[in-house]
Amino acid sequence: MRKRYGQIQAVDGLELDVPAGVCFGLLGPNGAGKSTTMRMLTAQALADAGRITVLGYELPRQSKQARMEMGVVPQLDNLDVELTCRQILTVFARLYRVARGDRAAAVERALRLVNLHGRADTIVRDLSGGMRRRLLVARGLIHEPRLVLLDEPTVGLDPQVRQELWSLIDGLRSRGVTLLMSTHYIEEAERLADTVAVMSAGRIIAQGTPADLVRAHAGEQVLEVYGRPDRLAEVSDLALRNGWSSRRSGPAVAIMRAEMLDGQGPEGVRRPANLEDAFVALTGEEIE
Amino acid sequence: MSVQLAVADSATIRAPARRVHRLEPAALAGVMSRDVVMFGRYWKATTFSSVMQPTIYLLAFGLGLRATVRLPHYVEYVGTGVVATAILFSSAFPGMFNTFVRWQFQRTYDAMLAAPVDTEELITAEVLWISLRAGAYGMAPLLVAIAFGLEPEWGMLLVPFIGVLTGFGFAAFGVLIAAVAKTIDNFNYVTSAVLTPMFLVAGTFFPVHNLPVGVRTVALGNPLYHCVQLVRDCSLGHIGAADLGHTGVLLAFALLMWRLAVWRLGKRLID
Repeated sequence: MRKRYGQIQAVDGLELDVPAGVCFGLLGPNGAGKSTTMRMLTAQALADAGRITVLGYELPRQSKQARMEMGVVPQLDNLDVELTCRQILTVFARLYRVARGDRAAAVERALRLVNLHGRADTIVRDLSGGMRRRLLVARGLIHEPRLVLLDEPTVGLDPQVRQELWSLIDGLRSRGVTLLMSTHYIEEAERLADTVAVMSAGRIIAQGTPADLVRAHAGEQVLEVYGRPDRLAEVSDLALRNGWSSRRSGPAVAIMRAEMLDGQGPEGVRRPANLEDAFVALTGEEIE
Repeated sequence: MSVQLAVADSATIRAPARRVHRLEPAALAGVMSRDVVMFGRYWKATTFSSVMQPTIYLLAFGLGLRATVRLPHYVEYVGTGVVATAILFSSAFPGMFNTFVRWQFQRTYDAMLAAPVDTEELITAEVLWISLRAGAYGMAPLLVAIAFGLEPEWGMLLVPFIGVLTGFGFAAFGVLIAAVAKTIDNFNYVTSAVLTPMFLVAGTFFPVHNLPVGVRTVALGNPLYHCVQLVRDCSLGHIGAADLGHTGVLLAFALLMWRLAVWRLGKRLID
């Protein structure tokens, strides 16, 4: 599918097939078109061209039926700050057509799921950032959807809160909920996603399990050479002359596919290749 | 160029699709339930101002003018006229400000549109809620006027319905303004150039037929004028054939503004 905003081609020939029951990670730097893609899946943005099917429904024509069965956790906090957790969840239980008799139980269940049952009657304004994000998750799960869209679910959160959310998302996955998660955190994609699609400039440039992506694009091992700036420049030069793929990685130079070096490489620390290496190899961009 | 989400075998044998219609009552009720909860938080302030405002008008214009001009029925006249002012203020302003704030600043509309609610349902529910509130607040001036000596009439029981009808049009007008405004400051133009003259030249404080012909003609096109006439006729027991015409104008205004609001804001909510 394609989507253009004025001069900006946000999504450019994107092809995506997410099977039921997996956690699918859409990994890409800011501006890759992830959020636009997410908005198109709820028909809050309309594609200029292409075909979108969600849960078997044709979008945008049947988007309302699709939204009935899916949950959305947005990147930006759009909670009503003046309402309590319970009030917000009750409103959304209605919006998602949870039957009157089941609403109170659905709210209670959602609050427990995200560990906010002690805060049911707290006004959103008085919640911490992490709690608000958990409430956003609860709101998206109030009707026990089969599919959940998570747009950058942990952006801007501190590491501890991020861990909490990760275990929450992992719990959903293990219960068979289909998840489509966009993220620009490599670790998040690596830990949670069964399949990762690397997105850049509005299209998917590689797709597979994290392990497959690493093997295909970064090899097995990476050699990291630490040292003073002049030493690092020397190593970079050496890599260039020998045709080794390398990149600056923080205070070190990382040489990819170190298993192929046959002892010719400089002194350094060998470590297993990771998704970040693959990502940089694919996009030429460094992200978090 | 295609995107397929969760359409494995288990999904293709899903239950038959639930039929969805335009303007589903469940969606409207869901959106309005949020308004009701919000109202629970700020009703004291809005109710205070909706009672204070007509009281001040009645005191200032009623007592003040009566002292200088000989007007025997001024409480009747202004008391009923201010009903329309109350309806206008409690519908056009929330239509503009609530819409803009919820859409642009709080992104509430974004959240609700990710749920099974479409733009037409969202906008209609918001306008409907404001109009119901306007219908209730329209009664405040009448009660104040009764306290000042206005005779109660059975026809006054029709005033809330007039309030809802008029309020629906003006709330939708407010939503339309919010949809076309670039910033919230632009509302000042509408308030001073449209709403203020509208509420003054509507037969609220002085009869329209005393005005120059040109202004009078403009006044006849002012929906608020028709609201004032209708409220006055019902409250003073003068219901007649002309009131059908007034109702028709208010109905047409409400329909037109509703469709325009749904069209303009609908376009801006979906990119």
